[in-house]
Amino acid sequence: MPVDYPLLYSFHFYLFGVIAVGSALLFVTRKSPVAAALWLVNVMFCLAALYVMMDAHFIGAIQVLVYTGAIMVVFLFVIMLLNLGHADGPADFRSPSTRMAAAVVGLALAGETLALLAAPMPRLPVVEVPENVVSPVARALFTDYLLAFEITSVLLLVAIIGAVTLAKRGVKA
Amino acid sequence: MIQPALFFSGILFAIGVVGVLTRRNALILFMCVELMLNAVNLTFVALSTMHGVTGQVFVVFVMTVAAAEAAVGLAIVISVFRHFKTVDLKAVSVLRG
Repeated sequence: MPVDYPLLYSFHFYLFGVIAVGSALLFVTRKSPVAAALWLVNVMFCLAALYVMMDAHFIGAIQVLVYTGAIMVVFLFVIMLLNLGHADGPADFRSPSTRMAAAVVGLALAGETLALLAAPMPRLPVVEVPENVVSPVARALFTDYLLAFEITSVLLLVAIIGAVTLAKRGVKA
Repeated sequence: MIQPALFFSGILFAIGVVGVLTRRNALILFMCVELMLNAVNLTFVALSTMHGVTGQVFVVFVMTVAAAEAAVGLAIVISVFRHFKTVDLKAVSVLRG
């Protein structure tokens, strides 16, 4: 590692990472969709903490506002709307053979991650983080990536119209 | 702290993949996809400490696409529920060969 981090910093970094991984494991094993969604919210909060610790304060705030605050609320809203919140229905896990195959794929991916981390990382100079961490993001977003930024607004418009059309279809007005 | 961040990101992505492969509930499947997108975002932010703020700009774009995907995907889930009276993907097998 190019920079020595204080022990307290490392401790909290690993703490939030381990909580995120544990919550993710609980998330995929819960039967009730509401419980799963709330564990996923926990994962996203921990990721926001990791973003802030990596000096991406703006991304951390956006993570809490957009992901935890908006997207997951939409998920919970749909779960409640369709009345799927109870866990007493039949389990929705696939057959044992499919689960074995999924476990093999997951372990292969995790093993790949470990193998990649065992390889030496290229020693790039760590970028100096300026005092104000929002304005560099804004400058890149509104100069180099202005076209992509404008196209995302079109994407959002299409998504809104598509969602309303899909959800309204079949409802006799 | 790049290496541990990449490690956590890879593990979270693998958990998301396993969730997509093992669950049949369409809503939980969607949430697993969100978990995978979050794992990729963590990689972007971790590498942005090395390569500058471009990674953070891309995280903003990924979040926008995720929001659009969630809106359209949940509308499709509502349509599927109206049609089949369930969100279990076992019931949605019209196109199965």
